[in-house]
Amino acid sequence: MAETTAAPPKPSSSVKLVLLGEAAVGKSSLVLRFVNNDFQENKEPTIGAAFLTQKCNLPHRTIKFEIWDTAGQERFASLAPMYYRNAQSALVVYDLTKPTSLVKARHWVAELQRQASPGIVIALVGNKLDLTNEQSTEDPAIHGDDEGSTTETAEAESDGDARKISTKEGREYAEEEGLLFFETSAKSGVNVQEVFTAIANAIPETQMKGARGAGAAGGTQTALGAGTERVNLTGPRGEVGAKEGCAC
Amino acid sequence: MAGAVESKASPQAGNISKVTSEQSSNEQSLDVDSQKLPSHLLSRINDPKDSYQNTHLPRSTLRFPKSPRPQLQSAATTAVSLTDIHTHSYQDGSRESFAAQAKSTHPSQFLKSFGSFQRLKDSGGSETDTASIGSCAPTLGPGGDVESLLGNVLGVSQESPELTSFSNQTESLDPFDSSFYKANDDLSSFDKEFDELADSSVFEGGEEQLLSLWKAKRKHFLILSSAGKPIYNRHGDDSLISGYVGVIQTIISFYEGSHDQLKGFTAAGSRFVIMSQGPLYLVAISKLGESDAQLRIQLEALYMQILSTLTLPVLSQLFSNRPSTDLRRPLQGTEPLLSALADTFTRGSSSTLLSALECLRIRKTHRQLINSTLLHKRSENLLYGLIVAGGRLVSVVRPRRHSLHPSDLQLIFNMLFEADGVKAGGGENWIPLCLPGFNKNGYLYMYVSFVPLEDMNQIGGNHGSDLLGKKDEVAVLLISAKKDSFYELRDMRDTVIEELEANGSMHVIASAVARGRPSTTDIIPGTVLRHFLYKSRAHVQLLSLYHSLHTSVHAKNSHLKVHHCVDREAISLAWATPLFEMYGVAGPSTSRNALAQSANKIVQWARREEERIFIVGGAVSSSTLKAPDLGSEIW
Repeated sequence: MAETTAAPPKPSSSVKLVLLGEAAVGKSSLVLRFVNNDFQENKEPTIGAAFLTQKCNLPHRTIKFEIWDTAGQERFASLAPMYYRNAQSALVVYDLTKPTSLVKARHWVAELQRQASPGIVIALVGNKLDLTNEQSTEDPAIHGDDEGSTTETAEAESDGDARKISTKEGREYAEEEGLLFFETSAKSGVNVQEVFTAIANAIPETQMKGARGAGAAGGTQTALGAGTERVNLTGPRGEVGAKEGCAC
Repeated sequence: MAGAVESKASPQAGNISKVTSEQSSNEQSLDVDSQKLPSHLLSRINDPKDSYQNTHLPRSTLRFPKSPRPQLQSAATTAVSLTDIHTHSYQDGSRESFAAQAKSTHPSQFLKSFGSFQRLKDSGGSETDTASIGSCAPTLGPGGDVESLLGNVLGVSQESPELTSFSNQTESLDPFDSSFYKANDDLSSFDKEFDELADSSVFEGGEEQLLSLWKAKRKHFLILSSAGKPIYNRHGDDSLISGYVGVIQTIISFYEGSHDQLKGFTAAGSRFVIMSQGPLYLVAISKLGESDAQLRIQLEALYMQILSTLTLPVLSQLFSNRPSTDLRRPLQGTEPLLSALADTFTRGSSSTLLSALECLRIRKTHRQLINSTLLHKRSENLLYGLIVAGGRLVSVVRPRRHSLHPSDLQLIFNMLFEADGVKAGGGENWIPLCLPGFNKNGYLYMYVSFVPLEDMNQIGGNHGSDLLGKKDEVAVLLISAKKDSFYELRDMRDTVIEELEANGSMHVIASAVARGRPSTTDIIPGTVLRHFLYKSRAHVQLLSLYHSLHTSVHAKNSHLKVHHCVDREAISLAWATPLFEMYGVAGPSTSRNALAQSANKIVQWARREEERIFIVGGAVSSSTLKAPDLGSEIW
């Protein structure tokens, strides 16, 4: 990601991403780590939803994430479709130390598969890795695309280990459903950047919409068109896109 | 529209108390600093033994000398009845004693004993027992019943001769003056008031100590369902307070059962005020000496916050389906908002006290320019648009015939500026909320974006950017009834900010924020006033506060228009007319004439500057509301 200064501007496209998951699993903290590289202890719960943007530089293109960080409380659940509608990617987050949060995560995955855009890229993320005693022996190859990575480390020993959901359990479920899988710590920053990069990489070129800047002409018109059909918000959003394109 | 202005403390005030010097050094926190201390306490900080208070009427100098009845307000008549030590005997023979009004105790000792309820091994009889339970609720039933119920709350024996002292106290208690029991408290440990209590399961000091910490809190708020399920409490966790919640529910429903409503009672120096709202009971327990009416306003605000989260139909439906519903689950995530409100009340808030909001002071023409920008760039589905800078209202655009209710604004301001949930995340926010003053049956959607003022300083030239702390941002709040209008309102934000920067309004706002509140001496050179609050009744607005003054002026049976209060530390004045309310404080040696003259000048100034200080009307959009604009019942 050092090639930002390369002479010909890379094609840039925006990707809508939504975070879902039970309350207090660390959705906002993951976003805060990704966007500001910051962490706050005892963050107060999100109210409604927060909208943030962050660029992610890939070797051959730049992805601009438009992130909807939703509130996890039950009463906001009925608002979720508004945020995942025509999202190209979703981060479904659970708390490694809280079994009910994985149940909730499965529920969200099922809802996304049923109701979100067909091609949506979903990443399953087990957060709060810092509360397990794995973080010291951190293994950067934990994420799920490459098989064979070592996973059983933390299960046996239980001294001060708050982990309740094994890596194996999360990974197997993710593989069943065809999801990206990561275990992260928003607190220490472990694997956070990796999640977003993996999502950016996993989004097929054809799913890109609203290409901007120098690369605007590209073959993305169809995707934009498809977006138009689904949403009635398209008018205003198109304008936003244009403006932002100028700004960056 | 609502709005308020508050003065900076005068730097000329001379030999003044700690509180006042804080005021002059930091105008941003002035509000908080002074209001941590309800005014009648201001005078007591340095001398808890002092309890005299006189009431005078400066007839000769003020213009509205309506026949007052100052004797009703005299604190002296009630303060005298205080006792030094309250002792409760237990059935097991041991006794608990604590200093409730330690006239002869040094503040620090006094506080220690006040806070920690030391149980003394003492086999003495009950003849030393003194009043510990009093009540001014005229509806109280047979004393014996009250007695036993309260006994449970306080761990007090049922058979101590409190019944007699209880009735004595009822007689001697001036119903207008509920502040007496706090009169001698000092506030040296007030900063601990907001410390969180540890989880009882992990607290090392044992439950006893945790409980004493809990009891040391000067103010508690409890919300429970009428079935007795705890919903919210400011301090302590479930296991710690469950017993108390049960007792309180029993007390309340006891009265409810006899078709009588318990509104409040006093026990062991704490005032209990109870508000019953449909399926909810809200209870305020305060040792800070606020009046029942003030506590009631605070409870009302907490209730509004619950409605804001759930709406009235949802709340009623939850309980009509299942009376034993645990409301904590649907309210999940609202606790920080309730606590932020509660702490604002405990610290003291001029806005809450006077039901008014503070506006940013800018020229009328500047405000009109901002108003018209908002109006001009207004997007189709906008209901209300607000611009807020430095926690003060700058501009409002609203639909015809709908003003924004102060209590709604209070909820919004609390959410944005007191609780961290919205701001800490950065980015923009899309928040579903119900504004009960507008329509308690439906949700609206609020777009929130914070624009840092630093940017504006770069654009509009440098204007004391050192002074602009991080919290000085311009907040753009755009409210719509349409849940999918986020992108539309986001566009509007962009164009409004662009326009405000282009026409210089951002610069005006930035410098107004940097200027802070005007000092009293800026307004009237050489005034004796140190600090004042002014509320324009017509616009629900004010200029600065004081709890006991407020209590006095607003006491139900009082026709008092001017209240003048002298004690060792300060002279204070409250002045209420149909047009405005004004509260001021001056140094202790000030003559009444000088104070009254200053008050007159302040009033003249406020009237002259009315359109700068207050937002008169706000910008009104021409659209009229249709039913769907009132908010949807479901998300």
